[in-house]
Amino acid sequence: MEMKVPTMAECIANGEVPEILFWVGCAGSFDDRAKKITKAIVKILNKAEVKFAVLGTEESCTGDPAKRAGNEFLFQMQAFTNIQVLNGYEVKKIVTGCPHCFNTLKNEYPDLGGNYEVIHHTQLIQQLIDSGKLKVEGGSFKGKKITFHDPCYLGRANSEYEAPRSVIEKLDSELTEMKRSRANGLCCGAGGAQMFKEAEHGDKEVNVERAEEALALNPSVIATGCPFCMTMMTDGVKHFNKEGEVKVYDVAELIASAQDL
Amino acid sequence: MGISNIIFLLLFVGAFTLFALKIKTIVRNIRLGRDQNLNDNFAERLKVMSLVAIGQSKMVVRPVAGIMHILIYIGFVIMNIELLEIIIDGVAGTHRVFAFLGGFYDFVIASFEFLGLGVLIACIVFLIRRNIIKLKRFWSTEMTSWPRSDANLILTIEILLMTAFFTMNATDQVLQSRGVEHYVQAGAYPISQYYSALFTGLSSETLIMIERSVWWFHICGILFFLNYVPYSKHFHILLAFPNVFYSNLNPKGKFSNMESVTNEVKLMFDPSATPPPADAAPVKFGAKDVNDLSWVQLMNAYSCTECGRCTSNCPANITGKKLSPRKIMMDTRDRLEEYGKNLDKKTPDTKSLLHDYITPEELWACTSCNACVEACPINIDPLSIIIDLRRNLVMEESNAPAALAGMFTNVENNGAPWQFGQADRLNWANEA
Repeated sequence: MEMKVPTMAECIANGEVPEILFWVGCAGSFDDRAKKITKAIVKILNKAEVKFAVLGTEESCTGDPAKRAGNEFLFQMQAFTNIQVLNGYEVKKIVTGCPHCFNTLKNEYPDLGGNYEVIHHTQLIQQLIDSGKLKVEGGSFKGKKITFHDPCYLGRANSEYEAPRSVIEKLDSELTEMKRSRANGLCCGAGGAQMFKEAEHGDKEVNVERAEEALALNPSVIATGCPFCMTMMTDGVKHFNKEGEVKVYDVAELIASAQDL
Repeated sequence: MGISNIIFLLLFVGAFTLFALKIKTIVRNIRLGRDQNLNDNFAERLKVMSLVAIGQSKMVVRPVAGIMHILIYIGFVIMNIELLEIIIDGVAGTHRVFAFLGGFYDFVIASFEFLGLGVLIACIVFLIRRNIIKLKRFWSTEMTSWPRSDANLILTIEILLMTAFFTMNATDQVLQSRGVEHYVQAGAYPISQYYSALFTGLSSETLIMIERSVWWFHICGILFFLNYVPYSKHFHILLAFPNVFYSNLNPKGKFSNMESVTNEVKLMFDPSATPPPADAAPVKFGAKDVNDLSWVQLMNAYSCTECGRCTSNCPANITGKKLSPRKIMMDTRDRLEEYGKNLDKKTPDTKSLLHDYITPEELWACTSCNACVEACPINIDPLSIIIDLRRNLVMEESNAPAALAGMFTNVENNGAPWQFGQADRLNWANEA
């Protein structure tokens, strides 16, 4: 299916007002694996005929990694620049492809003058399914064992545990839980700007610890909702040489692939 | 008023004065922290406090420890009612002054016995968990000899107090049954009735001596405990309530906004903004020492009872990194005590929380995943301290790991943490 990815600038030029802005994020824009998630989200938006737009080259890092690493200056510089762009387009509602962008835009931009309704892509997919705009049948995942790894910035940070699970359940698959899940979920190891540095000295990598826990369930798929968790879990699965049997997918990819989008 | 009543009164007043003085110092220390106005959302705060502190909702996430803790908690809170009778008896020289309540008194005393048994069992289970089973979280690196002894001492004192309580009741029963003067017939003793068999062979004089000794041991023990608590991790029995009341109500992912930075950034974006007066004190970014933290963060440190649930859930700690959220709280408290003492003695203080107590290696191991915050039974927030210290490392010391400094440069120059140009941001849309 041909992807339709209108930009905010194009919409305004055509006199259209998109109902929602899709905030792609840096990983979703540049990381080869995460770009597949971005495309899956776009296909879902297209299929459900959601009037959306992206900022394209006007988008910039939300500043999340800078803030977590203690660089509040850089974070606020990014935030002010982004807020100028978003407010310039009179954006009301945003969907993000990344829990870190989601958290920052939703919780940290209001203090700096950026007030938007912000949702994570798993929440949007759930809404589209619930409202009947998106029909989902099991497809290739019917009966398959899937475990969901909670991204910290979606789960503990923003108490959203159900949306991704309810979407996965629509696939008629067998959703199994790791012992450490939901509020008790174990981090993949990438948060707090760890993604951009070597881990401190220890006796194990966090993603190996987490992948080990997931693999113990013998799932067909480890599902997640974050491009950084994606990287960490994929590497963790490779560490155990299980990449042949166990696939790591974003919830959006599961839906897009089940619908042959 | 006899001599023993005067001794009791003096002991009692003395113990409470000492306690009040220590509390005053702790309150002063907490107030050394930055101001943070949390007088909002009273109803919501009350609700959280009722659920988490009074209702112990987060304790039972780990059922064994949770239920045992509730036994001690309920026992401790309710049995303190008997303290009222002990105080009146001690001052007035009466014995079981509330005995006139009759059946109700019997019910209360019987309930205390059941609660006391619960406390006794829970304390023994806790000692076994700490010293025989040796649960990992009670033996990690920051649990040096003092924190371990502190915990054992508290449990031992509680066991001794309960033993004294039961011995008091057991001997009292025998004396009551013999109709010894002063020992009025009162109370019901469902537990200590079995224990009293030990004492039936003794003469009434010996029994009175034992009864009086344990009575004095019991009240002296309580007064000692009262003064031990503020020096110990056990101070949570008081601070847990305000600590939860003033805990963070925002989503856990929302990190505090630094107004001081906002002011500077606004100046950069808007040349017409009013700059601060030239003689204004320079602003310090982030926290280097305890007085740079907020009063809530300092109260958090005094509230921590070192249970280690934070550390045992921390992904960095689980995988062998140096970071331990519990150590962050213990270091903050130790440093604050030291800072306060130096202030009192007016000795020059060259140390700081950052570097002298907490190293950058610990701070840079944090994934900001909030597992520690979630795990804390009384809503302590070690993560906020970690971030405030990181802020100081980065914005005051320019002391970020090289890889992160590179990430900052990328975000600043091309709006992404990697070296990709902003102009290429939409390329994915044209890739098959």
